[in-house]
Amino acid sequence: MVQAGPLTKPLGLLAELTHRCPLGCPYCSNPVALEPRDNELDAATWSRVFAEAAGLGVLHVHLSGGEPGARRDLVDIAAHAREAGLYTNLITSGVGITSRTLRDLWEAGLDHIQVSIQDSDAVSADRIAGYRGAFQRKHALATEAVRIGLPLTVNLVVHRANIERISEMVDLALRLKAARIEIAHVQYYGWALKNRDALMPTAEQVQRAAVEVEELRKKHHGAIVIDAVVPDYHARLPKPCVGGWGKRSLNVTPTGKVLPCHAAEAIPELEFWNVRDHSLADIWTSSPAFNAFRGTDFLPEPCATCERREIDFGGCRCQAFLLTGDARATDPVCHKSPHHHRVVELAAVQEDRPYDYRRM
Amino acid sequence: MTESGANENNAIASDAKPRLPRGVRLTHNEAQGGWVLLAPERIFKADAIAVEILKRCTGEATFGAIVDDLATTFNAPRDRIGTDVTKLLRGLADKKLLEL
Repeated sequence: MVQAGPLTKPLGLLAELTHRCPLGCPYCSNPVALEPRDNELDAATWSRVFAEAAGLGVLHVHLSGGEPGARRDLVDIAAHAREAGLYTNLITSGVGITSRTLRDLWEAGLDHIQVSIQDSDAVSADRIAGYRGAFQRKHALATEAVRIGLPLTVNLVVHRANIERISEMVDLALRLKAARIEIAHVQYYGWALKNRDALMPTAEQVQRAAVEVEELRKKHHGAIVIDAVVPDYHARLPKPCVGGWGKRSLNVTPTGKVLPCHAAEAIPELEFWNVRDHSLADIWTSSPAFNAFRGTDFLPEPCATCERREIDFGGCRCQAFLLTGDARATDPVCHKSPHHHRVVELAAVQEDRPYDYRRM
Repeated sequence: MTESGANENNAIASDAKPRLPRGVRLTHNEAQGGWVLLAPERIFKADAIAVEILKRCTGEATFGAIVDDLATTFNAPRDRIGTDVTKLLRGLADKKLLEL
């Protein structure tokens, strides 16, 4: 068995049940090459994957997509996750899940639901989603989820078209009776990379947003939990890539490929194993992709002698590859990277143009 | 379970019926070495004492009954049990991980 770096137990599994989705969000985290329905894993295979995940130590499973509601067997899949003992979270656009399905999910034991909101302004929200009526349908589904007793998190992806309305969007989440809101700036991989200049906020907007989020945290303390993901193109320090490569989480694609993070297919040199051919435990311990960047031994200078090496693990491998061509390089978001000027230049490019919507 | 910031003086009514809300679940995972309390994006390791307390927080048993039950089961002074249970439950309630 080849194993580089220390082996830990995973805690979370992102289950991408399908790439199909009615929406066309220009920052979608799915890869640009989307998988068709015929290649999707069936519910029985997902059931085995969930049991193997629990055996490995996974505690949370996130049923995601695409839009997981596009799967007719979503309720069965959720039930399998609960049978495996996993804390089962549904990440949905809210479009494509009926109140009947929601009720069935509740009865299957779904623990929590996350509904994405594109904007507090309905017209802008539908324009961002590339789907007329999406805002109203999301609103209805979130309301129904809370009514039947499901705890709700509102997911909010921030970019230039909505960054001025964070306060209004938090108010919307409060009206929906969400217990929690995740405010995440766009991360530039896949579709978002194609739309980078159309999505990129200005440095001034990012600064104002950071101050605003802190004020909102204080103002709504006790009423709603606000979790925020910083916009790393405007940062000086990189984010710790998925809490460490192959350290805490794994991602299973609709066709069964297992990735250390959802963007990892951006790195062409990696060899991913599939749950159709291997057990999840074998993949976690022995697959080349998981061992490629485990630990910090592979990191060059300035990371090799940096005191933050075990804090941020040199940042994001996908971003290092996409911006420098070398997946082992220091994430150029870091001010110590010799390529940092490139990130600064890109963060200053804003172009008002139509989105390149995510479509199959 | 370690709970910082719990207020020991903040008493819980004897007839309160503590329960874990939907979205918060106590579960056992062999690979992780025992019991954990799970919430969205959050994981708390539960030690043996916390597990005994939380298993009784069904929304049916009253706080008073839970303390009585624990004092009897573990043959321990009721006052001390009451203090320990209050500290744990108050800390969890402050984090919205428990309804009182």
